[in-house]
Order: sequence, then C-alpha cells, then structure tokens
Amino acid sequence: MKQLFLAATLSLTASAAFACETVTVGDLSVAHGWSKVTIGAGRPGVFYVSISNAGATDDALVGISTPAAGMPMLHETVLKDGVASMPHAMSIPVPAGQSVQLSPGGYHGMLMGLTAALKEGDSFPVTLSFEKAGEVTVNVEVLSLRAEGPDCADAEQ
Amino acid sequence: MAFMLGLGAYRTRNGPVLNAALPLSMSEMSWQLTDHRKRAVRSADWIGRPTMVFFGFTWCPDVCPTTLSDISGWLEELGPDADRLNIALISVDPDRDTPDVLAEYVANFDPRIAGLTGTASQIAQAAADFSVSYRKVPRDGDDYTMDHTAGVFLFYPDGGIASIIDFHEDRRFAVPKIRRALS
Repeated sequence: MKQLFLAATLSLTASAAFACETVTVGDLSVAHGWSKVTIGAGRPGVFYVSISNAGATDDALVGISTPAAGMPMLHETVLKDGVASMPHAMSIPVPAGQSVQLSPGGYHGMLMGLTAALKEGDSFPVTLSFEKAGEVTVNVEVLSLRAEGPDCADAEQ
Repeated sequence: MAFMLGLGAYRTRNGPVLNAALPLSMSEMSWQLTDHRKRAVRSADWIGRPTMVFFGFTWCPDVCPTTLSDISGWLEELGPDADRLNIALISVDPDRDTPDVLAEYVANFDPRIAGLTGTASQIAQAAADFSVSYRKVPRDGDDYTMDHTAGVFLFYPDGGIASIIDFHEDRRFAVPKIRRALS
C-alpha cells in the first residue's frame, strides 16, 4: 500500500520535475522556480521561487536575468488601505538561517518584454544574482494561470 | 448580523480606513458595462442573486491571476451551490481590456466568472459605486500598470453588501463568507 502511494506521488511530481530541482550557491539553496502561462508575449510574465540561506551571513537577491524576457525585474505586491500596487524591489533580503519565498501576492519577478508567450509545460532558465553568494541559474517551469505552485514533495507552498 | 461581522473584520485587519470605503447597495448603483460575450450588464441585473465581484486587469501578472485562482478554488469547494452567484472581474484598464481580450483571459479560470469592461467613464461610474480606487502607473516607454483595490466584494441577493474578502485571504475564512452571502 505504501509503495502504491509512493508511485502515485512520483507520477504527480514528474510533470513538475524542473521546478522541484534544488540548486545551491554558497550557503544558499534555490528551488521551486515556476511561472505562469501568459496570453501572448505582450503581457508580463511572472517568476516565483524559494530561497533558503543555511549560512550565518545575511544575503540579498539583487537581480534576475533570463533569455525569456528583455526586462526582468524584482517587484513586491504591496497592499495599502486595500489597494494593491507593485513597486520595484531594489533587493530582497535573504537573512541568515531563513527562507524567503517569491510567491503569489508577495515578492515576485516580473518578466517584461517576453521574447515569446509562455506556454504550459515550457521551461526556461532564470539567473539569480545575490549580493554576496553571486549568481545561480534555476530552471523555471511554466504552469497554468490557475496554478498555485509546483507539486514538489518538499514544497513549502 | 453577518453584515456587521463582515465589516468589522475588514476594518480591523486593515487598521483605520480613512475614506471608509464601502460599496453602495446594488440597488443604489447605476453602472452599466459590457461582458466578455459583448452583452450589456447593468447593476440592476444582479439583484435577485448573490454576487461576488472584484476589480483588476488582464495585464496584471500577480494579484489578478492569484485572485482568480483563489476564486476558482472557492467555487470548486462550494460546488453547485455557487451556480447561483453572479461572479465578475471588472476591468480597471478598459484601454487594453476589450470584451474579446477578457474572453480569452477568463477562459483560463472557472467558467462561471465573467469579465466586464466599458468606456473609461463607465468604469469610473462602476468604481465609484463600489468605492474602488484605481490609478494608472506609467512604466518605461508607453507601458503602464494599474494600482487598484484588491478585495473581493460579496453581496446578498437583495443587493446589500455581505462582506469583503481580503486579497489572498485563507480559504478557511473566504468560503464561509461566501456561504453567508448565499444563504
């Protein structure tokens, strides 16, 4: 029975395998890179990811780049008196010993100037630049517009 | 009583609301918009059934698809009970969100969700009726984004405001609020 359950879990996660890979740079682990389908290339795409810092030194995400978009930027969705705005985030703190999520409704990458529409099942690389740890590239999986995150066994969604 | 509880929770969570922004009753509203099937919709058309509505725009990468995903999840949990609801996204970006654009967009979510748009003045009237604020924010070049009120409004069948679901509110709180509007 346990094996059956395991098999079912594996088949569910197989489709989001890219998003479930963890890559490391220095003390930082980066995983669960995902995005959503866009209708056409004129609308901005979105980029979500989980970052954890196992070290004793604070770091910060200071930029992203990707061949999928001409102008990727870091943004934060902010609510003030019930009104949502999306200011540019100059850097996203990744404090020592803590995890940070770029996730729906909070910090996110905004991919402006897409080179092509993002289609479900596509994947593309995003390079994250950290103030101290340097650069690391993750594979980003494109999920449906309705998706709330990848189905990874270790997902913190 | 549900009405009072809903508003109390809304105010507490957001701290003091300076402009005490609450929607009018549907029967006091006067907006007229066009849906994603190019049919005219007036505020009066929604009286008689419970209503769930929020404001957004289809170029929005984070808040709007997240809200529509949340709503689609709530509707799934409610099942056929939710068939009685009027459910709509009202665009605050009529320059880009034509009925055809909205049709393509809402097709990605629960089919019970309609997309409404109109002329700039029709959108302004709807926003005033709901006490919603929105603002165009220029970006590089001709590009722009929109700031907008992000809550989901719930109305009883008689058109009175039932409650407001805050952006990304937990399903455990959102679904009971919708059930109250349905009852």
